[in-house]
Amino acid sequence: MRRSTARRTRAALAVAVTLLIAGCSLTGTGRDRETRTVTLVTHDSFAMSDELRQRFERDSGFELRILRKGDAGELTNELVLTRDAPIGDVAFGVDSTYLSRALDEDVFASYRPEGAAHIPIKYALGANERPTPIDAGDVCLNIDLRWFERHDVPPPEKLADLVEPRYRGLFAVPNPATSSPGLAFLLNTVDTFGDPGWRNYWRQLLDNDARISSGWQEAYNQDFSGSSGEGPRPIVLSYASSPAAEIGPDGQPRTRALLDTCYRQVEYAGVLNGTDTPKGARELMDFMLSWQFQSRIPEQMYVYPVVMGVELPESWQRAAPLPESPNQMKPERVERNRAEWIRQWRSLATG
Amino acid sequence: MTRERGTHAGPRPRGHGATTTAGAVLVLGFLGVFFAWPVVAILRLGLRSGIDEVLTRPDTWRIVAFTLGQAAASTVVALLAGMPLAYVLARVPVPAKAVLRALITVPFVLPTLVVGMAFRALLGVSEPSAWAIVLANAFFNIAVVARTVGGLWAQLDPRATDAARGLGAGPFRAFRTVTLPALRPALWSAAAVVFLFCSTSFGVVLVLGGGRYRTLETEIYLRTVRLLDLPGAAVLSLLQFAAVLAALAVAAFARRRRESALTLRRARGATRRPSGVEWVTVAAAGAVLLALAAPILALLVRSVSSRTGWTLAGYRALSGTGGVLDVSGWQAAWNSLRAATDATWMALLLGILACLVLTSLRNRWATELMDAALMLPLGVSAVTVGFGYLVTLHVLPGDLRTSPLLVPFAQALVITPLVIRTILPVLRSVDQRVRSAAATLGAGPWRIRREVDLPLAGRAVVTAAGFGFVVALGEFGATGFLARPEAPTLPVAISALIGRPGELNTQMAYAACVLLMLVTAGAVLVIETLRSDLSGEF
Repeated sequence: MRRSTARRTRAALAVAVTLLIAGCSLTGTGRDRETRTVTLVTHDSFAMSDELRQRFERDSGFELRILRKGDAGELTNELVLTRDAPIGDVAFGVDSTYLSRALDEDVFASYRPEGAAHIPIKYALGANERPTPIDAGDVCLNIDLRWFERHDVPPPEKLADLVEPRYRGLFAVPNPATSSPGLAFLLNTVDTFGDPGWRNYWRQLLDNDARISSGWQEAYNQDFSGSSGEGPRPIVLSYASSPAAEIGPDGQPRTRALLDTCYRQVEYAGVLNGTDTPKGARELMDFMLSWQFQSRIPEQMYVYPVVMGVELPESWQRAAPLPESPNQMKPERVERNRAEWIRQWRSLATG
Repeated sequence: MTRERGTHAGPRPRGHGATTTAGAVLVLGFLGVFFAWPVVAILRLGLRSGIDEVLTRPDTWRIVAFTLGQAAASTVVALLAGMPLAYVLARVPVPAKAVLRALITVPFVLPTLVVGMAFRALLGVSEPSAWAIVLANAFFNIAVVARTVGGLWAQLDPRATDAARGLGAGPFRAFRTVTLPALRPALWSAAAVVFLFCSTSFGVVLVLGGGRYRTLETEIYLRTVRLLDLPGAAVLSLLQFAAVLAALAVAAFARRRRESALTLRRARGATRRPSGVEWVTVAAAGAVLLALAAPILALLVRSVSSRTGWTLAGYRALSGTGGVLDVSGWQAAWNSLRAATDATWMALLLGILACLVLTSLRNRWATELMDAALMLPLGVSAVTVGFGYLVTLHVLPGDLRTSPLLVPFAQALVITPLVIRTILPVLRSVDQRVRSAAATLGAGPWRIRREVDLPLAGRAVVTAAGFGFVVALGEFGATGFLARPEAPTLPVAISALIGRPGELNTQMAYAACVLLMLVTAGAVLVIETLRSDLSGEF
């Protein structure tokens, strides 16, 4: 009995020590407080190659720390909640749908980065210098080209076409209440058909058997026939950039974004009010408008750069050009009505 | 309410009062800082502007009813499906049982989004479906039942059942009158945990409910994260709180009435070839296993499929870096293992301490209250906790809000109740007379702990560690709403990949799921080996 107890104790100790050591490996990665660190708060879709990151760190002398938090909505609301004690120095990813809330709550400090002069007027916020547009991502209908060829049906061109009987049961769309692109689509219908005309449109859309899923992932990867999921429906709500990811072995895109059905979401970055590293924050802002950063935006984040003269990758120019005249809504109008429109949509869609 | 334990009069295993108090302070202190304070703070922020019309809206009550209804249905399905597996794990000599245990545990770690999509495809449900939600919830939680109940079952003395059979009881009657009552502590533990998991189930309800079926959890998420409607969210959180407390009270009541000392023994030698109707149970277990395997197989197939045929492109891409991921799949797997290890040892420390305190307290109400308090984090919305951290933790030195340490802390919060629910039934089932005998022989309270309780609970401790590890690998609870550590774990990598268009990204996402399953199965196998070493000792 005694011997076995000793063995057991030894075994338990060995386990405890192993666990502790393994544990320390994570706890030991805390950064040295002495180094100058600039923290970027952003959403889950943010991506930046190691090479770019090292370039920033080398050129600025600041170490870059990246915190990712959910999507644009979650990010904005967390920035608002932590306004008095910010969790970072720069925020990237607040989009036009949530911009007004961030401005109302005074989340961003004033700063006009180097290179801001090269942002075309269509992205500008007027006299206000904060925050700064970094990229544009347009939410558009995508169609499966082969399906329409094979079934000899002319593809739709405008949003209004979707309620026609020949497109019955062909459309998959994420829920505006639970998905960011879904919400952008709801705003697009409000912009296109007016308030309250959009509600009538949605009723017809639902009567025409549009399939609503909770997220973009199910709609695009499972319900859409043009993705690798090869689902049953040839029309889906996605992004203008999505066809760039669906190029076949023959070099031809399998899908196409319908450029007359797009709604523009601009993503912004800004220095956070209350940062204790204003210099690093400004360096980072300048960097995000630099040619190096802007030119890598398409392949890393699947959205479009805003700085003039930055060219799209060749495959994008063919498969996913930037829509020329997308719909857009003033951020203040979105802010005033967002909750109410979502509520109205839910009551008409779920009864 | 009679206290059956009273029949075994004798000293309760009691540490020195001061030690018990210190343990209680540590455990409750952790709970206070990482749970109560953040939750109360975010609720106060919401309630400051007054309760709005949320409570009087009929759809609020529909949401409450659906939340509880789907959780109850899921719990029943998980119990029914988990029992045959528990029986096989405990009583049937299966070759390579560790592999079986690993297989049963794998579903638990899979990202809900991916499993939801697998169910959507397998069940062919294009429309939102409450039944699909119930089945998917059960799929995730069968492991909880099989392992919690199977753990206790393996340690029940089979001779009691044999005696009943010898006296002429049929197999069903013997089960109902002898085995089932003895299993009740574990059954209620499992039911409580599964119910709490299902009532806060989020991804499954979203994906399979398509936004049409709404629970308190999805509604709190919508109001907090998307609308920043803190008043509405606070009211719903309070409702969720009330529902969870009611469920815990029911479970505690049932548990108290049923708990009694059991004759525990070492598990070895308790298995034998099934005979007669026992084969029916084995067949049922087989059917459940097949049902568990179907979504897993679907993921496997997806990971090697392309438009043109079979491919390993996803795996090849995963072993390198580039694209959406800034690390390789191996690195992400390693990050997952490290993060899970941290969470597990924290939770074990807290859980074991809590168990010792809970079995030492003499005041029944204090025991029940502390027990319930420790279970609460399972039933409270991850969003509420996560957003609560944002408005509180900066007050502490070192701003934990953005520290990579916060993730294991938040996970420990979820794992600790599981540790307690696994270890406590065993500790409570220890025959008081054994402790009394040890005391008579001159053993002090801590010696009794070491020589009586610990060996008997040893298996349960390792089970708990294994299960906690798996929970942490799957990243449950508040972690979804914490700042993502820069070192992406496998679940983080999967969600990044599945959120991008393109065939290769999809293949990589499913390949990463397979990697996560392999890592989980490997971890479970290692822990199983450790466990069988331990159990051989007594």
